[in-house]
Amino acid sequence: MSEEIDKSKRHFLTVATVVVGSVGVVMAAVPFVSSMEPSARAKSLGGPVDIDISKIEPGGMIKAKWRGKPAWVVQRSQSVLSQLPKNDSLLRDPSSDEPQQPPYAKNEWRSIKPGLFVVIGICTHLGCSPLYVPQPGDPSVGPSWPGGFFCPCHGSKYDLAGRVFRNVPAPLNLPVPRHYYASDKVVRIGEDPNGSHSSWREPLVW
Amino acid sequence: MSAEKEKRDYLDVTGGWLHRLRDWIDARFPMTKFWNEQVAQYYAPKNFNFWYFFGSIALLILVNQIVTGIFLAMNYKPAAASAFASVEYIMRDVNWGWLIRYMHSVGASMFFVVVYLHMFRGVMYGSYKKPRELLWIFGMLIYLALMAEAFMGYLLPWGQMSYWGANVIISLFGAIPGIGSGLEQWVRGDFYISDITLNRFFALHVVAVPLVLLGLVVFHLIALHEVGSNNPDGVEIKKHKGADGIPLDGIPFHPYYTIKDICGVIIFIAIFSAIIFFSPGLHGLFLEPANFEPANALKTPADIHPLWYFGPYYAILRSIPNKGLGALALLLSIVILFVLPWIDRNPVKSIRYRGLLYRGLLFVFVLTFIVLGYIGMQPATPFWAEIGQRLSEMYFLFFAVSWAYSKPRSRAYLVITFICVMAVISLFDWVSWVPSAAVLKMYSWLIPLVYSLIFLLLPALSPKLIEPKPVPERVTMK
Repeated sequence: MSEEIDKSKRHFLTVATVVVGSVGVVMAAVPFVSSMEPSARAKSLGGPVDIDISKIEPGGMIKAKWRGKPAWVVQRSQSVLSQLPKNDSLLRDPSSDEPQQPPYAKNEWRSIKPGLFVVIGICTHLGCSPLYVPQPGDPSVGPSWPGGFFCPCHGSKYDLAGRVFRNVPAPLNLPVPRHYYASDKVVRIGEDPNGSHSSWREPLVW
Repeated sequence: MSAEKEKRDYLDVTGGWLHRLRDWIDARFPMTKFWNEQVAQYYAPKNFNFWYFFGSIALLILVNQIVTGIFLAMNYKPAAASAFASVEYIMRDVNWGWLIRYMHSVGASMFFVVVYLHMFRGVMYGSYKKPRELLWIFGMLIYLALMAEAFMGYLLPWGQMSYWGANVIISLFGAIPGIGSGLEQWVRGDFYISDITLNRFFALHVVAVPLVLLGLVVFHLIALHEVGSNNPDGVEIKKHKGADGIPLDGIPFHPYYTIKDICGVIIFIAIFSAIIFFSPGLHGLFLEPANFEPANALKTPADIHPLWYFGPYYAILRSIPNKGLGALALLLSIVILFVLPWIDRNPVKSIRYRGLLYRGLLFVFVLTFIVLGYIGMQPATPFWAEIGQRLSEMYFLFFAVSWAYSKPRSRAYLVITFICVMAVISLFDWVSWVPSAAVLKMYSWLIPLVYSLIFLLLPALSPKLIEPKPVPERVTMK
């Protein structure tokens, strides 16, 4: 029997086997990687939440929970609303260019109804929950404080429309979730008026 | 082509930097040395057959159990109040959870199928004989650890069979005289099998025993590589080496057996997948119906039995109507396997060259083991208990006869052995005599009688039946 080995054929067979085997390994890995994504139960627990706003007071804040995060509804008076445009020079993103809110909240109040501010209370720096400091000049922040949210962890500041100040560690405005008013007394968080739910990946930074 | 070009290997494709990386690593870590010594230049007999697939397949299943086990442990809750529900959560709500669960449960049963076939190969070809006794002992320790791992894992779903099966087995510890009941309580951590027991079994099943198993597998492979593999002819290939020190009948493990093992793995994966996707419970054999009911400490199911792979030992346990002696028989039936190298001392290793009667003996042993397994899964009716008792006797007789076949024996030796064996069995019958079962006992006594007649008295009349055939010097490619 001849001892000639067809090396190029052998090379081809080896490469072909390795390629097909690698495809198999990747296919086998898919279920394991996918099993670490949120399960059906996690997704159902992350569905829209209704908040009762019938008893909210002027300047008051209702705290609820949506997807394990603090969801706030803040009642803003007319004086607060008129102050908002004056903050613009202090802010990193005054016209909300970054995608931290749904299209219907991309306005000067970052909300559907100006008097009610719906926001997720998680600082966009490293995830602490900021404090609600509505009083302008509040001594805990300083005399030039216009009123807003203050994060005690690393000192990030946001105004009463959740817009982030310049010269603070946080890069983005506070996230506004999808929401709409199911009635005058109920705001539904996590769902658009047309029924689309919040996906898993928005906004990118909480 | 020049000689230099011929020496090109795949690492050249990327312009030589992989060569330099390999050399950098080799100067600090025995990577290439290990690869050469253990794989590329490790010489295995060239006549490996079908029976030599199961070691590498067992390793694959170990990897499967660990990987699927890790992902199950991400969602499983080891508390009595939530364990059962967490398994249902995995099956229904976790993406691909059903697949990961079935891979783990079918994998556990397949582990035992493969390990039993692997052990049978060892018995058939005498792979436990000198100088591989320690290799066999490590293997037996792996078997023991595997049984512990499977037993603890089976409690985790916290179903009816999980609970009551564990209850029975833990009660075995209570059979030990003196320290028994204290030991039983220590294992449980409570007065009954509770949340505490479940949590600790989880810790042992997920961390402790897998670490022990991994260590034992490493020792098993080290012991194997130290002496080299046996082969179907039972001939030592290291006895005939070429001028370069390489056994004449040896071939490098890579690429010959790496490729062969990959083929075996592919077929195994096909069978494994067929079971997982078409019948993961295998009609109640791999997943018991009773376990789809949450554990109820106040209600025992009509019929408790362990999973199929413990069947034979369960049958042996039940065959003796005495708690302490039954437990002892169970222990003995496993311990006796450890000392097989010192029981069967016949210098002829492989079944191919031992007498005709030895083949019959091994065949009957396998049959005995399988039927005992079947009996272990049945309810304990008097008929099956009696058959179980006789088959347990035949189980132990295999070892007695193997001892007798260890060397050429005189006719007198075989006749006396026959008489002693039947005397012991008859004595046991007399001691456990119950008048109502007299007829069944007398008929079933014929079973060990026929066994001993065939394997002890027959060779006394015709010694050629246990005479070995001449063992070749070099391996054959039969």
